[in-house]
This record gives sequence, structure tokens and C-alpha cells, in this order.
Amino acid sequence: MSPNADSNSRGVLELEHASKAFAGVHALDDVSLELHAGEAHALVGENGAGKSTLVKILGGVHQPDTGALTIGGHRVVLAGPAEARDLGVAVIYQEPTLFPDLSVAENVFIGRQPLRTGRRIDRRAMDTTLNDIFERLGVRLDPERIARGLSIAEQQLVEIAKALSLEAKVVIMDEPTAALSPVEVHRLFGVVQTLRAHGTAVLFISHRLGEVFEICQRVTVLRDGRLVLARDLEGLSPDDLVRAMVGRDVLPDAHEKHEPGDRVLSVDRLTREGVFLDICFEVRAGEIVALAGLVGAGRSEVARAVFGIDRYDAGSVEVGGRTLKRGSPTAAMAAGVGFVPEDRRQHGLVMELSIARNIALASLRRLARMGLLSGRTERGFATDWAERLRVKYSRITSPVTFLSGGNQQKVVLAKWLSRKPALLIVDEPTRGIDVGTKAEVHRLIASLARDGVAVLVISSELPEVLSLADRILVMHEGRLAAELTHDEATEEAIVSAATGQRSESGATSL
Amino acid sequence: MSATAEPRSTVAPANPRRLVEFVLRARTFGIVGVLALFVLITTAIEPRFLGAGNVRFILSETSLYALVAVGETLVVLTRNVDLSVGSVVGLSAYVSANMFQAHHGIPIPVVFLVGFGIGLACGLVTGVITAIGRVPSLVVTLAMLYIIRGVDTIIVGSGQVVANALPQSFINIFHATILGIPDLAIATAVVVAVAAYYLRSFRSGRDLYAIGSDPAAARLAGIPIAKRVFAAFVLSGAIAGVGGVVWATQYNTIDATAATGLELQVIAAVVVGGVAIFGGSGSVVGAALGALLLQTISSALNVLGVASIWTEAIAGFLLLVAITLDRAIQLRLAAALRKRRVHLGA
Repeated sequence: MSPNADSNSRGVLELEHASKAFAGVHALDDVSLELHAGEAHALVGENGAGKSTLVKILGGVHQPDTGALTIGGHRVVLAGPAEARDLGVAVIYQEPTLFPDLSVAENVFIGRQPLRTGRRIDRRAMDTTLNDIFERLGVRLDPERIARGLSIAEQQLVEIAKALSLEAKVVIMDEPTAALSPVEVHRLFGVVQTLRAHGTAVLFISHRLGEVFEICQRVTVLRDGRLVLARDLEGLSPDDLVRAMVGRDVLPDAHEKHEPGDRVLSVDRLTREGVFLDICFEVRAGEIVALAGLVGAGRSEVARAVFGIDRYDAGSVEVGGRTLKRGSPTAAMAAGVGFVPEDRRQHGLVMELSIARNIALASLRRLARMGLLSGRTERGFATDWAERLRVKYSRITSPVTFLSGGNQQKVVLAKWLSRKPALLIVDEPTRGIDVGTKAEVHRLIASLARDGVAVLVISSELPEVLSLADRILVMHEGRLAAELTHDEATEEAIVSAATGQRSESGATSL
Repeated sequence: MSATAEPRSTVAPANPRRLVEFVLRARTFGIVGVLALFVLITTAIEPRFLGAGNVRFILSETSLYALVAVGETLVVLTRNVDLSVGSVVGLSAYVSANMFQAHHGIPIPVVFLVGFGIGLACGLVTGVITAIGRVPSLVVTLAMLYIIRGVDTIIVGSGQVVANALPQSFINIFHATILGIPDLAIATAVVVAVAAYYLRSFRSGRDLYAIGSDPAAARLAGIPIAKRVFAAFVLSGAIAGVGGVVWATQYNTIDATAATGLELQVIAAVVVGGVAIFGGSGSVVGAALGALLLQTISSALNVLGVASIWTEAIAGFLLLVAITLDRAIQLRLAAALRKRRVHLGA
């Protein structure tokens, strides 16, 4: 323990010169952060700027390669999440991590349930404590209910309750408001104020700069894993933050107009009970249509249903004028549909196979002669497409595991493009891809549209949606909430539709 | 849409909970129901089926499976599986029974301790490789199944332990009763009750469910996954070791093939008893009832004069029915929960 434990700085948590690399790619490069008691500190940056990595370091999930962490005046090395928790750091992760089979109360207290005699779990105390917390949050949830089936917002509230129950000195909130309704956001802000009044340090991560200015006092801006700004929020404008995040004045509109051709995809009243409802839209040749919305709004589910991975209960999908058999990816592929899934490592690639194998995977029937596939044909075919997409690789026969995220994504794209699809569905095309490659993937998608491919893009990144899409469909809780043309679309318009503020009453605004 | 948030959080809580609870209870009731059905039908055709002797016999026979199923449940809850229990039972059965030949007059509790120790040792090895070496348990325990059986074969050679080498007091354990209930059944019930209470009321017990429910979330929650999984394998091994001694009291003649294939019957009991094969939910009571159900079925088929060649096929078929039903219920439940959410939310 360090002797200067009682230094007079207000710093509850200090991270100095932390760096972290994954497979040689710098996720975080020499970043420092200081959190003060009773202060809400904003952490902002584009996706992939390193915010999540920073959060995971503070939460004990990742260990920094270099750098020092001081909590409560003591130098610490966090061996795991439990240690961070025990030192008073509570993290609310962006994607709730609940145990579906356990009760809400157990989810909150797992591993530190209140005990009665004989080290037995005191269920009554557990429920009472949780009910108190829920009351503070203004939430009515049954502590004994199992977590399976909770909405994303409810799950998020359970995570928040967990952080509060820890009575932590530092509470880290990674986009806590993304899935919340305005009323719930408002309550959450009340909680943040209470926490501050009790001397808790809050690290608040949000894409909504309005929220940042509403509740935070200090701000740290990250870009490409580096610290670009750390200061008091006072005197800054949202534009200043955006400029710091992007590193330049906001991009000139790179959008190019496409002249849409014939209707390629038409989705009519598509419904999967409890997931999405009454979805109607069409995509024309040479047109890029984006599906926007919050996590859990049902965007990916619609795409998966269109491609036939998931079943649907009602409605129809037509490609090129012919109705697709439901629940059959094979039928979708035969009709000329390609699908680049959100999670390329899990669903898009066979990680152990070579680049060549992966690229050829969707074209095997075409490449084979009399049912046999020659390695040379496969490699030649794959090399051709890898060159066209400018995949950076050493050997076409090395496993895709060794490629960077961006190049892996290009391999998935190559796999589908080599089939010359009429319709390409791309789910989160640039998630986890570095900035340089990102622009390349965007160019690639745009050039596809120029060649007459109908493209359906699903993306959580608003700048991406805004610059790529000719038309934007916004989903909210399983329904289409708005359809915006490229010219009508602004970040505000999309966000308000995605959070349900457009529909129905005006009473919802804060 | 703020209005939607309100009714959702006020109306939703009670209903899904009741629904879920109902279904979970229905699962146990389901087993009891099927059990009752079998007993009723069989008794109607052949009244001797419910005779005290036969019931005692079923309970005694069930004990071994139910006992080993308790350990297996601990492992399965964590999204793992222990395929080595049959071999552990076999090894422990031979070594412990052989003690009577090697050391005349050895006290029976010591023999049980030896069985326990053998199981514990096997569990330790499995646990270390699985939990700490992070090798998938399916592979590790499959290998252990063969290794332990191999060791057993080497030790036994072509020999065997026969009944008259065992002291009568040892053989009597299987037949002893208190108030007409077999001692073994009582002992097993106690183990089941203790395990059930442990899983319900202790942090480490709840951790097992959490690990099986979502391993990634368990890591984030700071649950010592390796330690808990390790402990589950050690316990499973130790219980199977004791099971080996029980096996010896039951069959009396023990060679190198003792308890071959027992692991599959135990896993069948666990699954029929409603423990999710991918972890996270289920109970030891369910698993024990599953063992009782399978045993009752085989006894019923026997009493009804169905040729014994049919029993395995029928047991397998019932296993399929149980799993299919369970899956169907889960899907319906998930759909119901989703529907409720959207109807309230929209």
C-alpha cells in the first residue's frame, strides 16, 4: 500500500498513461483519466475510439499493457472484475449481461448475496434491499421474477440497480441511456445527481451530447485510441466536442445520388411475434437503404428473417418479383441475396479456414467440376476477389484469424460479392474496424450500388447511416417508426424516431 | 412513447413470474404425473406391481442412479457434462469390494471411505483438466471414461469378486429397511435434500446456476468459474465413488465390466428430471425423480412381461419424448414472454 494514501487530491480513480493493444492493433494508446468524487465525467468518442477498452480496463476485464491505475490513493493491479468491484468500481456495461435463468434479485446480488446464520442466503433481505433501490429508481419490477424475457430497458435498469447496490465509489455507465425511454433517462439523471451528492464519481459514456452537457462537469475525448481532450465542460459547445471526436470539421457529405432502378426487394407486413411487427419496405436496384434504430429495436432480426435465418409469423418477402420461401437461406441465396452478418467471427467466417476457402465458400457449386473442387481453381478465384477488394494478406492460404477486423470484413464481402448478388444485406458493416478501412468499406458499398446492386445496411453508427444511405428506415420497439430520405435525415431526426419521441404524444419530451 | 414504459413496468412483473414458476413447477409435476400414470396402468394390469416387495426393490435400485445423478446435476448445471461416472463406479466397486478379500474383517465404513477416496481422486483429475486447463468437459470426461475403465481392467485382470467373498453385513446393506423403507433410499433422499438445500441457499450453489446460465456474464460478475466447476467435478467424482460401493452391495459379483454405460443412464435421469442440458436450470430433486421414473418404467415393463430386449428402446423413446416436450414448453414460454412484452410495450 502506498504511503501517500491520504493525498489531498480529490482523485478517486486515476489512470495514467495506459496503453492496450489487441493482436498488435492499438486499441488504447497512452490514455490518462482522472475521476473526482462527486463529479460526473463524460467520456466521448466515435465508435472504435477506445471507450469500451478503457471501460473494460477500469472494470478489471482487461489488464493494460502499460500504465498505472490508482484507486482511492492506492496503486492497484486489477486481476479480474471481482477485484474492481471489491475496490468500489461498478460498471454498467452497454450490453446488459444478465443471467436469464436467475431471478432479478439474484442477478443484482450474485456472489454477494446478503447472508443469515450459517452463511445461508437471506432471500428476504435481498428482496427488501432491491425493492428499496427500485423505489429510488422509480421502477416497479418483481425481484423474484426470472430475468429471461425482460426488455432491454428493464435489463439496463437491473444493471443500474446492481451498480447502486454496490454503493460504489466509482460508477461507470457505458451508454446507459441507449435503450431507455425519455422518462427512464430522466430518472437515471436523478440517480446520477444523488450519486454525486453522496460523493460518488461517475464516468458517463454517451453518444448523445445533449445528455453529456446536461449532467456532466468534465469531459475526456478519445479518438483512435488516443486522448485528444480532457477538461471542464464549461465553455465548450457540442460542436467543439464533435470536432474533437472526429478530428476535423464534420465530414463533407460524401453521399452520391443513385438513380434507383427496378424493385429488387419488397417486404410486406412482415411480423414475428414479439420481435417485429408489420414491417413493410422495398429496396430498388442501385439503392442503399439503411435500417437504423436502437440496439434491440429489431433491425437485425428483420434482416435475418428476410434472408431466411429466422422464421416469421406473417407477411411475405419478395425478391425480383418472386416470393421467397420462408426460413430458407438456400432459397434466398438462389434468388440472389447475400448476407453479411453482424458478428463476422461467429457467423460470417470460418475462422480456422484459409482466406481462399472462406471467399469461395458461397460459390462452391459454381467452382466445382463434376462435384469436385480443385484447390487451384479455388485459390485463383479467391485471389481475384481478394485483389479487387484490396484485402491485405500475406498468403491466400493462411487462416482468416490472422487478418485484422477490417480485412476480415472484406473477406466476408468478397464471399458474397463473388456471387454477384442482386441484393446484399450488410449488418453493421464497420463494427470494430479501424478508421482507414472503414472508409474503404464505405466506398465499396457505394460502388456496389453504382453497379446496380440493391443494398440494405443495418448500422448503429449514425454518421455511417447518414453518409451512405439513400433512404433511412428507423425502427423503434419492433415497428417502423419513420422513413427519411437522405436529404431529410439528420442525427436528431433519427434519434428521436428511434427513441419513440416522434410517434404519439409530445408529452414525452424532457 | 413514455406512456408505454409505465404500464409495462407495472403490469408485467407478476404475470411472467407466475407463468415461469408455473412452468418450472409443472416440469416437476410432469415427472410425478408420468410416474403416477405408469404406476396406475401397470397396477391395473398386474396388481403385484404395487406390492411392498416390488416397491422396495424399485426404491433400492433407484438409489444408486439417483445418488450419482446428484453429482452429475452439479456438473450439468455449469454447462458441463461428466461422462466418467460409470467408470468411476466400476473402479470403486471392484477396489472396495476387493478390500474384503485382501483385508479380512475390515470395517465397512472404511470401505465406503476407500470408494469415496477413489472417486475423489478421479474427480480431482477431471476437474483440474477441465476447469483449470479449460479443455471441454465432453472430451476430458470421455477420455477419463476410457482411462479409468482401462485402469479398472488392468487391476481386475480376468478376476472378479464374488458374493461369498463379501461379508453378509455388507450384502445386507442393500436389503436393509427402516419402517419398510430401504436404508439406501433414505440415505439417498438425505443426500438429495442436502444438495437441494445447498444449491438453493448458498452463494457457491447459486454460482453454479449463474455459470451455466451465461458463462460470459459470470466472468463479468466476478464469479470464480474455474473454482466452482472444479468443485462440481470433484463432488461428482466423489459421489460416484460412493456409488461404486453401493453398486457392490447391490450386485455382489464385480468384474471389469461393472457399471459399464451407467453414465448414460444417469445423464438420462438428469435430463428427464428437467435439468437443462446446457446448464443454468433444474434441480437435484428433479434429477432424482428422473432416476425414479426411469427405474419405475423398466420395472413396469418387466412386471408386464415385456421382453427385456425392449426396455432400452422404450427408455430411449421416453427420453426423447421428455426432451421434446421440454423444448416445446420452453419455446412456448419464450414466445409468451415476448408477446406479453410487445403487447404491453406497443
